[in-house]
Amino acid sequence: MKIFFKKICRIRHLHDDANDGKSIRPRGSNQAMRKFRLAARKQENRVSRMSTTLSPVAYDGKIEGNVIFTQLDAAINWMRSHSLWPMPMGLACCAIELMAASSSRFDISRFGAEVMRFSPRQADVMIVAGTVTYKMALAVKRIWDQMPEPKWCIAMGACASSGGMYRSYAVLQGIDHLIPVDVYVSGCPPRPEALLDGLMKLQAKIMKEHSVTEQKKELLENL
Amino acid sequence: MTCEDAVKKLREAFPDSIHEETQFRGETSLRIAKSSLRDICLHARDRMGFDYLVDVSSVDHFGQEPRYEMVYELYSLRNEFHLRLKTEVSEDDNTAPTVSDIWPTADWHEREVYDLMGIRFIDHPDLRRILMWEGYPYHPLRKDFPLEGKTTEMPGVAFSEPAPLAGGPFVTIPTDGTTQVREPRARHAGEIPSPEKFLAEP
Repeated sequence: MKIFFKKICRIRHLHDDANDGKSIRPRGSNQAMRKFRLAARKQENRVSRMSTTLSPVAYDGKIEGNVIFTQLDAAINWMRSHSLWPMPMGLACCAIELMAASSSRFDISRFGAEVMRFSPRQADVMIVAGTVTYKMALAVKRIWDQMPEPKWCIAMGACASSGGMYRSYAVLQGIDHLIPVDVYVSGCPPRPEALLDGLMKLQAKIMKEHSVTEQKKELLENL
Repeated sequence: MTCEDAVKKLREAFPDSIHEETQFRGETSLRIAKSSLRDICLHARDRMGFDYLVDVSSVDHFGQEPRYEMVYELYSLRNEFHLRLKTEVSEDDNTAPTVSDIWPTADWHEREVYDLMGIRFIDHPDLRRILMWEGYPYHPLRKDFPLEGKTTEMPGVAFSEPAPLAGGPFVTIPTDGTTQVREPRARHAGEIPSPEKFLAEP
C-alpha cells in the first residue's frame, strides 16, 4: 500500500518537475539543494501518512513479497479516490475554468479525474460549475439522480455554493438546496488551482469513508 | 429616402393612428394606436423598407393608466435609418397584436415579454414562457414583483424561494447622496456610511 502511494507521490513530483520544477528548484549551493531535497522528502512522507490513515499497513518487501495486507475499506477508498470520473455540470463562466483545469497547463489528470463523462451513468463526481437557475435546477437534480452510487458533488464557485451575486427571483441560492455537496470551492470564478485543491480535499474525504458498511450490514442480515 | 420623409409618409398614410412624434438625439419615436399597430408595421415593412426588427420590449408604468407600453425598434438596412414605435397596453385588457408573422424574429421577443411582463399576444403561434419555467405563476419584471422573488411550490414541476437580500448589496436607496450613500454594501446596512470608511475610493 505504502509503496503504491510513494510511487504515486513520486509520479506526481515528476509531473510537478516537468511543469514548473525548474523555476522552484534552487540553483545555488549544495546546502540549498540539500534543504530542498529534505523539504521534498518531508512533503512526501506527510502525503503518504495522510493517505494511509485507514490502512495500518505493515509491509516489508523482503518478507511478504508481492502480498500486501490492508483493510478492504482502505483499498477500495484508494481506488475510488484516484479515479474520480467527473460529470462536468458547466452552467456559466466557472465552466471555462473547469475546462482550463482539464487542459495541459493545470492537467486535472494528475489526480485521476481527467475522464469527463457527459453521461451521468458513468460519472462519480458532479462538478457543479456555475449559476443554477430555478429552470435548470431540476435538470441538475435529475442528472444527479441518474448518477450511480457512490457519488460525490463539488460546488464550484460562489454561484453554485450560495447563489453568489445573483440574489434574485430566478436563481437557486446554492445547489445544496437540492443535492448534498461534499466540497465547496470559493471564488468567482475559482482558479483551476482552487478546483484541484477542492478535488484533493474530496480525495482526502473519500479516504476516510467506510466504503463497505452497506455490504457488511447485508451480510450480517443474511447470516 | 431619409427618416423625416419616411415619418412624413407614414403620418400621411395613417393620420388618425399616429398620436405623437418625439425626437431625441436624432432618433424618432412615434406613439401609435394599438388597433392599427399591425397595419402600420406592415406598411413600414412593405412600403418603406423597414426590413429589420431590432428589438421588442415592454415598459411597466406602475401606478399610471394605461399601465404597460410596448416598444418596437425598427431599422431599415436599405436606407440605414431607425424608427421607434410605441403603443400603450392597459392593465385590464393586457393584450397586444402579434407582429411575429410580419417579422419572424418577434416570435421569441414576444414570448419574453409575455413571460416577464405578462402581456398576451393575440394570434401568436407559440405563446409559451421562454425564461421562467412552464407553470410559474408570476411575471417577474412587473414593478410590483419583489426582486428577491416569491415562494412557489409545485412538487415535481418547479419551486422557488425568496432570495436573502439582507438590505443589500445591489440595492439602491432613493436619496440625493453620493454613490457611497445610495448603494450601501451589506456590511453597512442600517448605518449611514461615513466617507472615512471608503478611503480606497476617491
